Amino acid sequence: MTADVTVHLAALALGDDALVLSHRLGEWVGHAPVLEEEVALANIALDLLGQARVLLSLVGDEDELAYLREERAFRNLQLVEQPNGDFAHTIARQLYFSTYQHLLYAELAAGHGPFAPLAGKAVKEVAYHRDHAEQWTLRLGDGTDVGHERMARACEALWRFTGEMFQPVEGLDVDPERLQEAWLDSVGDVLRRATLTVPEGPRSGAWAAGAGRQGLHTEPFGPMLAEMQHLHRSHPGASW
Amino acid sequence: MVTPTALEAELLKVAGAVPDPELPVLTLQELGVVRAVHVRGTDAVEVELTPTYTGCPAVEAMSLDIERALHEHGVREVTVRRVLTPAWSTDDITDEGRRKLREFGIAPPRVRQEAGPVTVALGPTRTPTTAEVDEADQIRCPHCGSADTELLSRFSSTACKALRRCLVCREPFDHFKEL
Repeated sequence: MTADVTVHLAALALGDDALVLSHRLGEWVGHAPVLEEEVALANIALDLLGQARVLLSLVGDEDELAYLREERAFRNLQLVEQPNGDFAHTIARQLYFSTYQHLLYAELAAGHGPFAPLAGKAVKEVAYHRDHAEQWTLRLGDGTDVGHERMARACEALWRFTGEMFQPVEGLDVDPERLQEAWLDSVGDVLRRATLTVPEGPRSGAWAAGAGRQGLHTEPFGPMLAEMQHLHRSHPGASW
Repeated sequence: MVTPTALEAELLKVAGAVPDPELPVLTLQELGVVRAVHVRGTDAVEVELTPTYTGCPAVEAMSLDIERALHEHGVREVTVRRVLTPAWSTDDITDEGRRKLREFGIAPPRVRQEAGPVTVALGPTRTPTTAEVDEADQIRCPHCGSADTELLSRFSSTACKALRRCLVCREPFDHFKEL
């Protein structure tokens, strides 16, 4: 494959991560536990949407890519397509993903590849996302009994989606495998300070999920895409 | 690096004088987002604009306003190009911009010592935290000047601001957070 094609594959992988998580976070609008949190989640979603627009534009027309691709053509991690669940689930997903994204973008920003300009910009925004997830993990985990129990359940439930983050991504000038140790240290440190235990189940392998990068997705992804794409598909070219 | 011509410097001033669409007390020059103006042939100009945040929705409005201002100044063809490097930082806001923000009721960003996440405590958890804050790190209330303020939410009405409250005058206020 030519260099351009592999760069496109990597841009789709990172762009789809940002787009899909942005849409999931947007689903909280009108439903978040408090107004401040609604605004916070919408702001994080907006940052991610901005990243997605830059990345997908490297590949082609951003609207066509977002609204007209079928499920199998999306290259995002299965982690980011998981439903919001309760607030603790959303925070666990944020903690796992933003820690990964922060490490990845820091590496990309330090290089000279095609993603360095975006990564250099976005790594500073993602630092705030990571901090937001960390503070909430501490507050819920080290908070009331209900908060503790829900946060523990959420961290456990999403653990099996975390191995996929460290599989190689074609066209990316960073091997995600190299980020794994720092990710485990960072997430482990937050969980311990939140009086939670690091889950023990498998993170990859036959019994764990993880083939989003190959276009294989979990059941909740289809309905999410249907909702995300229906307006554009029903009214092609509409504008307001 | 090519030294800008007198015409380019003049047009940069025109583009820089455009007010920010979300914080109209600031000009784009004071916000530090207009990077350069290049004259391309006769009557054609390219403007380099950098977004504050990657997803900042104001960029499109800024581009249109810059185009309008330059058209009114007699330039026929204006292209606004979005540049990401070097990444915008709150250190790019001028001193005048900081003063105007404070007057407008928004605590200006602190000058960053180094890159990296800014640590701010969210509130009480069961485990007490002992965060020491030195004088330069304090965020002062733009209304009464007190440094006794607390964080309500690290994201506010726009991505670039955090919501805080003054514990002396009790007024909530926005803080342009460091990036």
